[in-house]
Amino acid sequence: MKNRGKTVITIDMDKQKITVERVKTVAKLARLNLNDAEISQFSAQLSDILQYIEKLNQLDTAGIEPLAHCLPVSNCLRDDIIKPSLGTEKTLSNAPDSDGQFFIVPKILDESGNL
Amino acid sequence: MAELDYKIIVGLEIHVQLATRTKMFCGCELVFAGEPNSRVCPVCLGLPGALPVMNKQAVEFAILTASALNCKIAKFTKWDRKSYYYPDLPKNYQISQYDLPVGENGFIEIPLADGQSKKIRIRRVHLEEDAGKNLHSGAFSQVDLNRAGMPLMEIVTEPDMNNPQEVATLAMELQRIVRFLGVSQADMQKGHMRFEPNVNVVIKKDGGEFKTPITEIKNLNSFKALEKGTAFEAKRQLNEFLERGEVMKSGNKKTFGWDDERGVTVLQREKEEAHDYRYFPDPDLVPVTVDEKWLTDIQSGCRELPLAMQKRFITDYSLNDYDAGVLTADKDTAGFFDEAVKAGGEPKRICNFITQTGLKISGEKNCRVSQLGISPQRLAELAKLVAGGTVNATAAAAIFEKMMQDDSEPQKIAESLNLIQKSDEGELAKIVDEILAANQDAVNEVKSDGKKSKKAQGFLMGQVMQRTKGTANPQVVAKIMNERLK
Repeated sequence: MKNRGKTVITIDMDKQKITVERVKTVAKLARLNLNDAEISQFSAQLSDILQYIEKLNQLDTAGIEPLAHCLPVSNCLRDDIIKPSLGTEKTLSNAPDSDGQFFIVPKILDESGNL
Repeated sequence: MAELDYKIIVGLEIHVQLATRTKMFCGCELVFAGEPNSRVCPVCLGLPGALPVMNKQAVEFAILTASALNCKIAKFTKWDRKSYYYPDLPKNYQISQYDLPVGENGFIEIPLADGQSKKIRIRRVHLEEDAGKNLHSGAFSQVDLNRAGMPLMEIVTEPDMNNPQEVATLAMELQRIVRFLGVSQADMQKGHMRFEPNVNVVIKKDGGEFKTPITEIKNLNSFKALEKGTAFEAKRQLNEFLERGEVMKSGNKKTFGWDDERGVTVLQREKEEAHDYRYFPDPDLVPVTVDEKWLTDIQSGCRELPLAMQKRFITDYSLNDYDAGVLTADKDTAGFFDEAVKAGGEPKRICNFITQTGLKISGEKNCRVSQLGISPQRLAELAKLVAGGTVNATAAAAIFEKMMQDDSEPQKIAESLNLIQKSDEGELAKIVDEILAANQDAVNEVKSDGKKSKKAQGFLMGQVMQRTKGTANPQVVAKIMNERLK
């Protein structure tokens, strides 16, 4: 749970182009399995979208605070009071697989095959 | 590597589970080892349409801790989504704080072995939610989401620690602070504190300075593992540097896991994309602004930290380091002691009442010393009775226990229990003479000044105490006895 990772919604505004490599990376992050035709199709489409959004850069935003939230609201806080939970049975009722106590998922492996 | 000139550099990330009643964004109860998936709701499950709402207590606990760690508290803070896929994270993102943490740029003071203290800078304090738990069994993994959404406070230090002992000391001092503030139970057995040190070594060799690649050690959840893991990693890096000469450069930071059974760190392979967290502001949660009044209210809970209080007890009240440490283990006991002393109780005597009698009874009753039914003012009265010679220390312990149910003045209780100390020399001399006459053997033993002299004198003193039911003033008895047995 590191926090000093990179922010990556990196859009190469200079190039205004989404490369094939970037589409592959984003697809991997989103766990999407794309074929070559889709990859080239999406890189073209995403580049077009970005070019369109590029228009925003014409606005002068110097000295304007970045927006943290669309609503002009803050401090929606709740008191620390216990409310009923769903209970194990209901919690598991939508699970594709369970043993009555736990969610059952395929064996979890990291990229190198370690548990 | 005997002659090698090197310096170990360690920064630490600590996750602390907060002692709220409910999770960070929903009303599910925090339980340890409850029935699996029994404290789960649509928010924990990330079901469509479920909206998280921030727990005010968790925010206040984080602000209080950050204040105690001398951080600059953010007037405006927000929540960000950190994306990664893992079955214990149903939403596929963790709600955390990226660029606007609750607190930044603080420091913590840690005690060193030589009695000095050292300042370690705190980079940031922020809030985030915990993930669920995976259990690996056979061909499948089991997921329990009771822990998902529990409030965690992450504290990140600057790399200011230079040996494994300092790292462990910082962790222990932090445990004491969060317990003192009441923001976490900080129970290591229950995983309330988890550590991730970042370790590397700076080596001076052949007129040059070399830095080894930084490694982060995961999976450390005891002070011992933290110290051993850090020491092991520093040594491993030194050896590797000597063998292969690899130095720090961008992108060669590695992650190691700690194998507690074998006592070694194990390299964890991670692909570059794994760290692509794609942080962005969580649209489900609105920002939190902290105004002066709220901040003052929260900070009223941390006027003085345990280490500062411990030092004050030593300098102002002449307590020893051990006693001062016991009294400042929790805020309640420390405050109770301080008030009793301010009410006129002699510090060492109040300390003895608390550490020898009070803590024992409160431990049995599973409550605080302040909840035993004796106010600090009344305890000070009892201490004055001892100081003035009205009752002795043994009697005081009995009066202490009676005072827990009886609101009358300690003096009255002492009278009703017949524990008023006899200091009248004439009266005590008579008793001493009778005891001496009845125990001629012991008297001879004392007079012979032989090996058993001390023991015999103790025996005679015991006889006087028994006769007076413990109310004789020991100083007066000793004085009379010494005169008689010259």
